[in-house]
Amino acid sequence: MSLTMVAIYVFILSCFVGYHVIWGVTPALHTPLMAVTNAISGIVLVGAILVAGMETSSTWVSIVGCWGVFLASINIFGGFVVTNRMLAMFKKKR
Amino acid sequence: MSLNPDFFAFFYLIATILFIYGLKGLSSPKTALRGNGSAMIGMLLAVSVTLLCPEVKAYGRIFLALFGGGLLGTVIALKISMTAMPQLVAILHSFVGLSAIFVVLGTFLSHTTDHLGSLSLVEVIELGLGTVIGAITVSGSWVAFGKLQGILKSNPLRFPGQHALNGILGCFILGFAIRFCIFQDPFSWAVLAGLALVLGLKLVLPIGGADMPVIVSMLNSYSGWAASATGFTLGNQLLVTTGALVGSSGAILSYIMCKAMNRSILSVIFGGVGGSEQESSSVSDTARGVKSASVDDLGFMLENASQVIIVPGYGLAVAQAQHAVKELYEVLVEKKVVVKFAIHPVAGRMPGHMNVLLAESDIPYDCVFEMEEINAEFSSTDVGLVIGANDVVNPLAKTDKTSPLYGMPILDVYKAKHVFVFKRSMHFGYSGMDNALFYYPHCSLVFGDAKSTCDALVAAVRNS
Repeated sequence: MSLTMVAIYVFILSCFVGYHVIWGVTPALHTPLMAVTNAISGIVLVGAILVAGMETSSTWVSIVGCWGVFLASINIFGGFVVTNRMLAMFKKKR
Repeated sequence: MSLNPDFFAFFYLIATILFIYGLKGLSSPKTALRGNGSAMIGMLLAVSVTLLCPEVKAYGRIFLALFGGGLLGTVIALKISMTAMPQLVAILHSFVGLSAIFVVLGTFLSHTTDHLGSLSLVEVIELGLGTVIGAITVSGSWVAFGKLQGILKSNPLRFPGQHALNGILGCFILGFAIRFCIFQDPFSWAVLAGLALVLGLKLVLPIGGADMPVIVSMLNSYSGWAASATGFTLGNQLLVTTGALVGSSGAILSYIMCKAMNRSILSVIFGGVGGSEQESSSVSDTARGVKSASVDDLGFMLENASQVIIVPGYGLAVAQAQHAVKELYEVLVEKKVVVKFAIHPVAGRMPGHMNVLLAESDIPYDCVFEMEEINAEFSSTDVGLVIGANDVVNPLAKTDKTSPLYGMPILDVYKAKHVFVFKRSMHFGYSGMDNALFYYPHCSLVFGDAKSTCDALVAAVRNS
């Protein structure tokens, strides 16, 4: 199996996992769900780090990679912190 | 130190499991915080392991960007008010898209400048796909942000021939994608990215304010697919899985939102319904035979009721009335009135918007109900109180086959013994439809800003 085919396998199976997990989320928490998935999609940071850290003759590659790292980390930190803030509100008791 | 690639794959797998566990935590408010914690650990693990990769050489600039972005993100997240949550989510989506484009561009540039040989067809297709999805996410999210923040008018922007224009744009994108696959040149890439940006703008501009929940969910989904596409480009399974989780999450939310509006997803994307022309028209209240009630009348009804159901809508968020509503809740509970909240799936500007506002003002979540849970209770309710909602309580959706709202599930407030609607003016709802509820004999309107009306109501109930 080629690497692309493996990726397609993984992709489709993950969609099924996502489908089943997300239907279990209570509608009251849909806004936190969006915020946390936002933070998680900041996982492009991993790709950006690989690009930014590459040994290359082109400075453009590292500039572009660093911008990617910067933006993805805004997402990760912003997303997780704001989700935490929201969920803490739901946690409060009477 | 050279580490086996399986070392990374193993920790990436653990990170994926932690993400799934984190999303699963959101099935109940009790486990949700723990879930968020596990997703954070997953992210920490994924990022730390990546930093150990032998290909990663330049730590200085990476840490600078990482901490700069992290600091900015944290400050924004701590400062933002809960009513501004939809626009925060929208702008964050654009960052994911942009970051994905940068990853794709970086990978592509490193190939061309370092003469690593030409890319295989599969690789170029992956690059092109990543660029297009990323670019649509970016510009779409900008427009959504602009509309939610009030920088752009939230009215749908439509003009004749826009579908044809979208079609032509689509053809050009396809053409340049093919050109990019053949020549693998930066010029085709740039044009492809530019055209996809324009398409993103064109897709979101025709969509009006009340359809925003669908669009925000859709962009959430796109940002996931964009992350997945970069995973394909880099051959990184962690990105593929995580992107797919986010993508399917956004897709399900869009589906739920569309269902709650009785719309097909296509009609929302292509700007189907919504009589935008009449949106701003208003009628004088006396001419149409509506009843208006004073705050004191309403206060009297409320304190003598045994059960009250409050229906919040976008107007509550606009007036920032959540804390005033909480006070109203408290005085009524003191007077031994049962108070419940009924939330329509599309109330507000994003899924779950109202729940967050009510949670912020400390209203216990066990008296907040979803539409299916509470609809049967309205007939045994003394007072239904509508605060800043309109179309989601319009009985025309059930009775009038010619109405654009027809078939949309609504909250059955009209079944309550008495109905009071807080209203700023006699403007129609977003759909441009007149609300039949206002002319029901047992319905009265209370005119004024939601927050000041609530405050006055609290005072009236307290003093009696």
